[in-house]
Amino acid sequence: MLTYGSQLALGALGITLIYGILRFANFAHGDLMAFGTMVTVLMTWWLQSIDVGLAPLPTALLALPVAIAITIVMALLIDKSVFKFYRKKRSAPALFVIASIGVMFVLNGIVRFIIGPNDQRFSDGERFIIKARAFKQMTGLNEGLAIKVSQGLTISIAFLLVVALFWFLQRTRTGKAMRAYSDNEDLALLSGIDPERVVMVTWIITATLATIAGTLYGLDKSFKPFTYFQLLLPLFAAAIVGGIGNPLGAILGGYVVAFSEVSITYAYKKFLKYLVPENWEPDGLVQFLSTDYKFAVSFIILVLVLLIRPTGILRGRVI
Amino acid sequence: MNNAQRSALSFTVMAALLMVVGFSQSWPLMLTILNLCLISAVMALGVNIQWGYAGLFNVGTMGFAALGGVAAVLVSKAPVPEAWAAGGSNLFVGALLFAITVAATVIAYRRTPKGPLKVLALSGIIIIGIIATRYFFDPAIADIEAVNPAVTGYLGGLGLPILFSWAAGGLFAAGAAWIIGKITLGLRSDYLAIATLGISEIIIALLKNEDWLTRGVKNVAGLSRPVPYEVDLQKSDWFIGWTEWLNSSALEGVAVSDRTDLLSNLVIQHSGVFVKLGYAGLFTVVLVVVLSMSVMALNSPWGRMMRAIRDNEVSAAAMGKDVTGRRLRVFIIGSAVVGIAGAMLTTLDGQLTPGSYNPLRFTFLIWVMVIVGGSGNNLGSVLGGFLIWFIWIEAEPVGVWLINFATGWMDDISPLRLHLLDSAQHMRLFMMGLVLLLVMRFNPGGILPEVTKARVQ
Repeated sequence: MLTYGSQLALGALGITLIYGILRFANFAHGDLMAFGTMVTVLMTWWLQSIDVGLAPLPTALLALPVAIAITIVMALLIDKSVFKFYRKKRSAPALFVIASIGVMFVLNGIVRFIIGPNDQRFSDGERFIIKARAFKQMTGLNEGLAIKVSQGLTISIAFLLVVALFWFLQRTRTGKAMRAYSDNEDLALLSGIDPERVVMVTWIITATLATIAGTLYGLDKSFKPFTYFQLLLPLFAAAIVGGIGNPLGAILGGYVVAFSEVSITYAYKKFLKYLVPENWEPDGLVQFLSTDYKFAVSFIILVLVLLIRPTGILRGRVI
Repeated sequence: MNNAQRSALSFTVMAALLMVVGFSQSWPLMLTILNLCLISAVMALGVNIQWGYAGLFNVGTMGFAALGGVAAVLVSKAPVPEAWAAGGSNLFVGALLFAITVAATVIAYRRTPKGPLKVLALSGIIIIGIIATRYFFDPAIADIEAVNPAVTGYLGGLGLPILFSWAAGGLFAAGAAWIIGKITLGLRSDYLAIATLGISEIIIALLKNEDWLTRGVKNVAGLSRPVPYEVDLQKSDWFIGWTEWLNSSALEGVAVSDRTDLLSNLVIQHSGVFVKLGYAGLFTVVLVVVLSMSVMALNSPWGRMMRAIRDNEVSAAAMGKDVTGRRLRVFIIGSAVVGIAGAMLTTLDGQLTPGSYNPLRFTFLIWVMVIVGGSGNNLGSVLGGFLIWFIWIEAEPVGVWLINFATGWMDDISPLRLHLLDSAQHMRLFMMGLVLLLVMRFNPGGILPEVTKARVQ
């Protein structure tokens, strides 16, 4: 749950940054994640074939920097060839969104063309930090608790990244320029901030975050292009719930969405077993909603937030 | 080149493209493409009504199309009396309680003063309502799904001719659009897009999971048809006679022994074509009706008002137009058109497969049609529907051909070549994106841009 939340948070950060700086909802973000992950997968396979690895940790970590670099190039290329034109024309946000739908198709096509639409597994190394049985022995409790390597990795990497990002946004000159640009474009231009540079840095950060989030998600579950496309909805929900344009909000939103998705579709049977007397035990799984309604959950939160507090939990941009 | 010429030329080119398929591949294939082109055109018209007229950014097309599909099932399938007997009464009570809950929530939301009391009251009503509803719903659903699950396991439909479902599909979609529009139309365009995207996913999730209504992922197959079955045609005397008459010249010089074989072959071929032509005829009628109504609406004062709202919301409001109300109406109308197209599609397929609804195909592809064809221009949307569907289908054979051509020098078993041939089908996504981006960049109005009348002096 915490893992899924971290992955969502990283993805939502990318969406929120693009929204804050370039001022449109980027529908291609899920597929940018898929693209980055695909490069990682390919690199991992290559590294595995020549027997290079990080032993206990998954090889994918070694492949990640290259994948990030390639994804950054891709993102910048897309920006130059597609979005720059509309930026120069100062087009309506809706046009940007439609253009991003075009980009989404293209990226989706590329990913499927290169790696195919099927499930790909690329995690290797140890699977668990603590195995369920070992935990039982260690603590003497009679329910196991397993922590997967991918979960540990996700949480630690996400934490490090978020700290780095905030340091960058708060302390460095470029970060400050980005925040200024996001707050008031014209004023930022007047103070001599180079807009193209700000946009470029934004894409670089977004591509980095997208690749890492995608890879972590793929390590945790598996890589399938269509799943990444479907992540779009929880990502948007996370970004908006937290307050779009506000990085801190995106992180909060990621956890809120993940937490509610899991807690509403969680099977409470086992949980209830310990709470109520034995013969009260219910027959079903005691779910509020079946797992397939995950999307519904993110969406309902989204609508509630929009109706009650359109700026998101932490004040984001009012739209 | 004026507008009429431009339209005429574009449609001629489109017809020629379809002819090429007919001659070079096969006529039945061309008719299959044509049928789906017609449906796509209706769907594109629906999106055009929302985006082109009113500037509503609805990316929930898939959901409305799926609702049309549900209508096809609910109208045409025979009812399952055992299921009604098993769970009908509980289901009815459950539905009643659900309606009461919704009504109570709405009343409480409107009447109670703001504050913690309101939140408490609302959540109390909702939680008690959900528990009470599920108390009756859950056994009802279990009972219904237990009735012969391999064949039925759902309530069935009304057993009416499937043509009625096209209207019902429109009504279903309109009803859903009313609820959705009430909630989301106050949002800005980006938010509306995300919200409708979410709603369409929810509708698909409902279809997949509510087995008692639509059999979920078990699919409903064997829907009745508005046109005769091939098998029946092949047995009927008039059809055999008609085929004989049509091919009299080809049949003439043939020996008597071969003649029967040849004739029965021809009858089988012709029956397939006849059925497809029947569908094409029905779809064309719908398309022409929807198109002419759209054209009239766009040229009426109502159409001018919609465009005024789209182009400048503030000044339209200042002129005393009820912006949100008008938007809600146009949202409902557009969604209804999409719902009709969705019902047509399910009719053509003869089955409802909730697993096959994919937003790329059912939402974003339709959007590409509208943008490429020319948003705000009805004929443009129709053309976009035809052209984009055509590319979508033909990208694969053309891609395979191209790759074969490009990699001809490689070994037949070279892994790269095999992989490329394998992936050729995914080229169409890439192609779609590229077409969309290129048209937006270099011809933002689309192939047939919106017609704006010259200002009267």
